[in-house]
Amino acid sequence: MNFDDLFSNFAQYTTTGLTQGAIYALVALGYTLVYGVLRLINFAHSEVFIAGAFAAIWTWNGFGLDQNSQVSGVGSILFYLLVAMIVAAIASAGTATVIERVAYRPLRKRNAPPLAFLITAIGASIAISEAFGVYTRRLPEGAPILVSTKPLFHVFGAPIDAVQLLTVGAALAMMVALDMFVNRSRVGRGIRAVAQDANTAALMGVNKDRIILIVFIAGGTMAGVAGLLYDVRIQTLTYSVGFLLGLKAFTAAVLGGIGNLRGALVGGLLLGVIENYASGLFGSQWKDFAAFAVLVVLLMFRPTGLLGESLGRARA
Amino acid sequence: MRQKLTRVIGGVAMLALVAGGAACSSGGEETASGDKCGNKIAFFGALTGSSAALGINENNGVKLAVDKYNKENADCKVELVELDSQGSPDQAPGLAQKAIDDTKILGIVGPAYSGESEAAGPLFNEAGLPTITASATNPTLAQQGWKTFFRAVGNDLSQGPAAGNYIKNVIKADRVFVIDDQSAYGAGLSQEVQKVLGSAVVGTDKVQGEGKQTEFSAVVTKVKAANVKAVFYGGYYQEAGLIRKQLTAAGVTAPLVAGDGVNDGAYITSAGAAAAEGTILTCPCQPATEARGTFIEEFKALNGVDPGTYSDTAYDAANILLAGIKDGKTTREGLLEFVKGYSGEGVAASYKFVEGGELDPAQVKVWAFKVTGGKVVPDQEIPKS
Repeated sequence: MNFDDLFSNFAQYTTTGLTQGAIYALVALGYTLVYGVLRLINFAHSEVFIAGAFAAIWTWNGFGLDQNSQVSGVGSILFYLLVAMIVAAIASAGTATVIERVAYRPLRKRNAPPLAFLITAIGASIAISEAFGVYTRRLPEGAPILVSTKPLFHVFGAPIDAVQLLTVGAALAMMVALDMFVNRSRVGRGIRAVAQDANTAALMGVNKDRIILIVFIAGGTMAGVAGLLYDVRIQTLTYSVGFLLGLKAFTAAVLGGIGNLRGALVGGLLLGVIENYASGLFGSQWKDFAAFAVLVVLLMFRPTGLLGESLGRARA
Repeated sequence: MRQKLTRVIGGVAMLALVAGGAACSSGGEETASGDKCGNKIAFFGALTGSSAALGINENNGVKLAVDKYNKENADCKVELVELDSQGSPDQAPGLAQKAIDDTKILGIVGPAYSGESEAAGPLFNEAGLPTITASATNPTLAQQGWKTFFRAVGNDLSQGPAAGNYIKNVIKADRVFVIDDQSAYGAGLSQEVQKVLGSAVVGTDKVQGEGKQTEFSAVVTKVKAANVKAVFYGGYYQEAGLIRKQLTAAGVTAPLVAGDGVNDGAYITSAGAAAAEGTILTCPCQPATEARGTFIEEFKALNGVDPGTYSDTAYDAANILLAGIKDGKTTREGLLEFVKGYSGEGVAASYKFVEGGELDPAQVKVWAFKVTGGKVVPDQEIPKS
């Protein structure tokens, strides 16, 4: 164990961990929203993320930017980021809609057992991921360097750059917006009502299918933005990266309390820093071990996660 | 109608899944071989998929050898069979069985990678079908007791020390960070490098290969804190590209040194040309541009591209098999004996196989390549000791 390394670089492990955690958290929201309303783990959500990430890269390619392009000027950088974000959000929300329409709604109409949902979810996930794999010939695709990674300032010795600020800032903004949407708006009230008791909500005049669709679109939008932030940060995308990232995001959702929006945030950020601390302490080969060991231990004592299940429940 | 359509789409998706899992066919029935003409040799390696670049290089070399042979022996041609493994150890045994079932196939150039060689080797050994690989460099392959295994290049035990020597003598780095991907290839290679560098290695870390990790901020933090003059990575190009990119982004300018698993253009795509610049890649092979005779011109004329890494070695390997067939060794047993006793010159090196099918160590050359201007170009031959 290398305490020396962990302590001397503690601040940097924390900041980079939080950045990665912010992306986990954004993807985790999709799992948590769908679970909160349908009691269904949407395993195809990782491919919703991948669709957004590829859409952003292909948008930049459409503007003639590849992995070797360097863009200067704040105006054009913001323009490229904003356009790619919108396209990514639409692509992800669209993918989520298609998955709901093709893989889930027909099953729901026939009152299929939960196991059938699980298998269609996994089937949709593999089918979409393989389609991207074949289309990209399983080669990595590069994103242009849009945001500089030169340190802007230091916090306790850890350099902070624009990519980190953008990732964490955008993720937090999206989450606050989603939280307000669910807790304050009229549609949000509908979402909470369906989450609490779908049949009663339907009797009260809430259109259940419409609410479910909105939930998939909201989760997809978050995943699309996460895809864009992933591209900006990692700058290279392979068709297969969604699987593990999705698994981590799902873990983050469970860690924070699945069905709980704020829990997804806490879980994501926590998972990000745990991975980095474990990498520093034991070596990077232990990072997944540590992340899942923490999950198991935590669930032993708090089976519903850190903040508990709460979408639609009376808030504890 | 709409529901029906949805159902059809779902059905098609399921069918596609099932078909993907069952894409494995058996070979046709052939009569016993021994005919002088109508024989085949095969290339075994990745021609599609994420690691196809090296396989295509090699297959083009084999193509040239067969093409030349057929022009010289127009009355008694040899056919080339291309076996696309996608570089996957899972697909290798099925594909190997397919080659074995076709009794006209007398010899194989390949399998190209160590993982698929490990999976297919026992089958070839049992069937007595000689294989000459141009690029599978894991040392253990020659220690399995397979009588049909031959390697036309040096193994990682020759590449590792050379990479270490390059870091020590050419880069003159006294502080080095060593990373590997925990694979048989990557971990083995970085161990050899560490042996040569000794106390100059100030830090090590292990990452996950096979595309399982894309975020390396913890490793980057360690490398940065260690303030090193060079970083060695034992592994393959996907992760190497991401690590290089993330190191550069964090302001680490020390050059990355890696083995032949990274020696591929996809590394530059993955890292981006700016970050990849200056990366040193070793290879137990010489640059194809150093090949003797008219190889380069002939290769270009046939394939329309310049020869790449291992094109020349694969060409030589195919020529060893063809020389045997020309010599009248038209059974697998006969060809196997021929390869075992072979000694001769190719365009890339001189060939003579020793214990376990290894290339005679005196013939092994290790070269360093450097990424310059977005391309992998030959740098210099590295002394082995």
